[in-house]
Amino acid sequence: MAEHQLTIANGRVLDPVTGLDQITDLHLIGGRIVALGPAPLGFEPQRLINATGLVVCPGLVDLCARLREPGLEHKGTIESETRAAVAGGITTLCCPPDTTPVIDTPAVAQLIRRRAKTRGQARVLPVGALTKELAGQQISEMAALKEAGCPALGNANRPIRNTRVQRRALEYAATFGLTSFLHPADDDLSEGGLVHEGRVSTQLGLPGIPEAAETVAVARDLALAEQTGARVHFRGLSTARATEMLAEARNRGIAASADVSAHQLFLTEDDLYGFNANAHVIPPLRTQRDRDALRTAVASGAISAICSDHRPHEPDAKLAPFPQTRPGISALETLLSLVLELVADGVMDLSSALARVTCNPAAILSRTTLGRIDVGTRARADLCLFAPNERWRPTPEHWLSQGQNTPFFGREMHGRVRYTLSNGRLVYERNCA
Amino acid sequence: MDPRLLQLDDEGRLKHFLTTDGLDRAVLTEILDRAEGFLGVARQAVKKVPLCRGKIIANVFFENSTRTRTTFELAAKRLSADVLNVNISTSATAKGETLLDTLRNLEAMNVDMFVVRHADSGAAQFIAEHAAPFVSVINAGDGSYAHPTQGMLDMFTIRRHKGAFEPLTAVIVGDVLHSRVARSQIGALRTLGAAEVRVVAPRTLIPAEAEAALGVRVFADLASGVRDADVIILLRLQHERMNGAFLPSEHEYFHLFGLTEQRIEQAKPDAIVMHPGPINRGVEMDSGIADGPRSVILEQVSNGLAVRMAVMSMCIGTQNLALANAARGTEAVETATESEQDGALTHG
Repeated sequence: MAEHQLTIANGRVLDPVTGLDQITDLHLIGGRIVALGPAPLGFEPQRLINATGLVVCPGLVDLCARLREPGLEHKGTIESETRAAVAGGITTLCCPPDTTPVIDTPAVAQLIRRRAKTRGQARVLPVGALTKELAGQQISEMAALKEAGCPALGNANRPIRNTRVQRRALEYAATFGLTSFLHPADDDLSEGGLVHEGRVSTQLGLPGIPEAAETVAVARDLALAEQTGARVHFRGLSTARATEMLAEARNRGIAASADVSAHQLFLTEDDLYGFNANAHVIPPLRTQRDRDALRTAVASGAISAICSDHRPHEPDAKLAPFPQTRPGISALETLLSLVLELVADGVMDLSSALARVTCNPAAILSRTTLGRIDVGTRARADLCLFAPNERWRPTPEHWLSQGQNTPFFGREMHGRVRYTLSNGRLVYERNCA
Repeated sequence: MDPRLLQLDDEGRLKHFLTTDGLDRAVLTEILDRAEGFLGVARQAVKKVPLCRGKIIANVFFENSTRTRTTFELAAKRLSADVLNVNISTSATAKGETLLDTLRNLEAMNVDMFVVRHADSGAAQFIAEHAAPFVSVINAGDGSYAHPTQGMLDMFTIRRHKGAFEPLTAVIVGDVLHSRVARSQIGALRTLGAAEVRVVAPRTLIPAEAEAALGVRVFADLASGVRDADVIILLRLQHERMNGAFLPSEHEYFHLFGLTEQRIEQAKPDAIVMHPGPINRGVEMDSGIADGPRSVILEQVSNGLAVRMAVMSMCIGTQNLALANAARGTEAVETATESEQDGALTHG
């Protein structure tokens, strides 16, 4: 039987890694891109997508999205959350190891990948645990985790307190060429804290997490990266000072990269007024100055990736006095729009902005076949087709993630996904009248 | 939600009392004026007024407290309300009941007002946001955020001694970081127009960016902090602060920040000394000062009753108006339906 043939016609095909940016056609056979521009001889597509006015870019790569499976299925499942992901144009997701059980054995990593293959819409890459049970004491069987498909390792939001263990974990991971994802937060300085320590924490009487909780941890881990030569990736920077430390370290040739959660580029501590539980996130929302510095660092490339930091919750998790609420935002469906808003705000051009959610995160994962548009390869295509100028407002009724915890409901968003192809299959399409 | 929108009805009348934040001078002054009227009730032969007769007021305390609960209870009884004391120890939450479940259970008993104390900042606001219509919430202290009736009883005491707020310099000494009382006092003092509000404490007990966030001047030295002050408010020092690396010892705290006869010399001769209680004699101040002529500490307690009666009666008054309006609304609908029927009959 002949394989399915598809033409995506007249779209603005934009591939940040090659610099390709032209209005043209893409032709696919069996999910693989076979030609750009004129159709190959004898090509007779069963389906033609009119992409006039749409941008066609690589499917997004998200370095941090909690899918809640296994263990917390009342908050989300691989099925529900990957459906939300592809509606947001995301085709590859890394899930941190703080599932139940923890991703500290090949069995759990394989379980997640198998579930994603059978029930998921997007590719799911499990990030393995650096230490067993994330307890920060004994390093995990990292070679086996790599074998089981983990592209990187991390300790989720449970930083390793013991600096000696941290050093050994980084060295051992580096033995196998694995990058370590680090959430920089000094445990003692952040203990008991809920929000950024500053003007708003003082006014609301909420315990603060000082800037130093992040900078102390970044300083320690940069020193360890320098000493060991291990590759480290800082997950979710939140302070201006940490971005400066990172830029300085990179200038000296230390193998360190970083990402930022999209909401950190838009929200600040001011969003907490009125005890807004949907603005309760970790690391906390900081000052306007921090937000501006994060935007600058994203533009300069010191921070090379933007991720959703998706954390879906059941309604009760946010329905309590602020200190009792769980941190996190359900963020898959707003990632692309927020990134496009950076373009509208003049922070970056479109291609650079898309690089932060496609080829750059793929490079951090050392999976360079992802996050790009390749013609004539064996790999099946991951593509996102979006209307760059469409304005929309997220509403609970049209939300796909199981978690409805977002501060962005009702906010006007820039640009919206129309079609998503994941692993060569059309997994999402939104018809417009 | 914006605390201003939450606390006032469309006409700007007090519906809930959660914090002094967002309330303007007129509302705070109304509380003080009304409290003035209630002071006399204590001296009457029959110490009751019928303003809240037929209302059920529940004191819902998630944190232990004897004093505050007692004054709220007495205030409610003097207003002729029926009072329900609900002490919800940690066990209710340990049983898995959420705060909302607890609230719904009490609402099912037709409670008209909740007086709430809770260990979490923002708890009173959360309850007010989720309370049924025509139910008022009064914050009796939530976390480190607010204790507005304490703040207002202190303002009442200051006004009775000093008259206008504009010329006053008020000094708050002690653990501002953890103090809901201090936050409510500072907010009220600033709204009522006090010339200067100062805080005095070691850096470990001053919250971040206090000057910008709270609009106060910060002093690390008590003698200069109380210089030319009209009002000196001492905060209670919790013993726990010795364990969390905030302070080395009570001894050193008193040595540096305890109010003594010698240090009070720096203040204005007619300065008053206040404390929300209970006092740690020999830690926050000398016994001589607590019992001395400048101390208004026991007056604060009596005034607390009048201020709580004022706040409760204002909220219940707003509620009664809303209930009357709602009833009139229903009546109007009923009348309209009746006249339609009448019309139908006439035409029939």
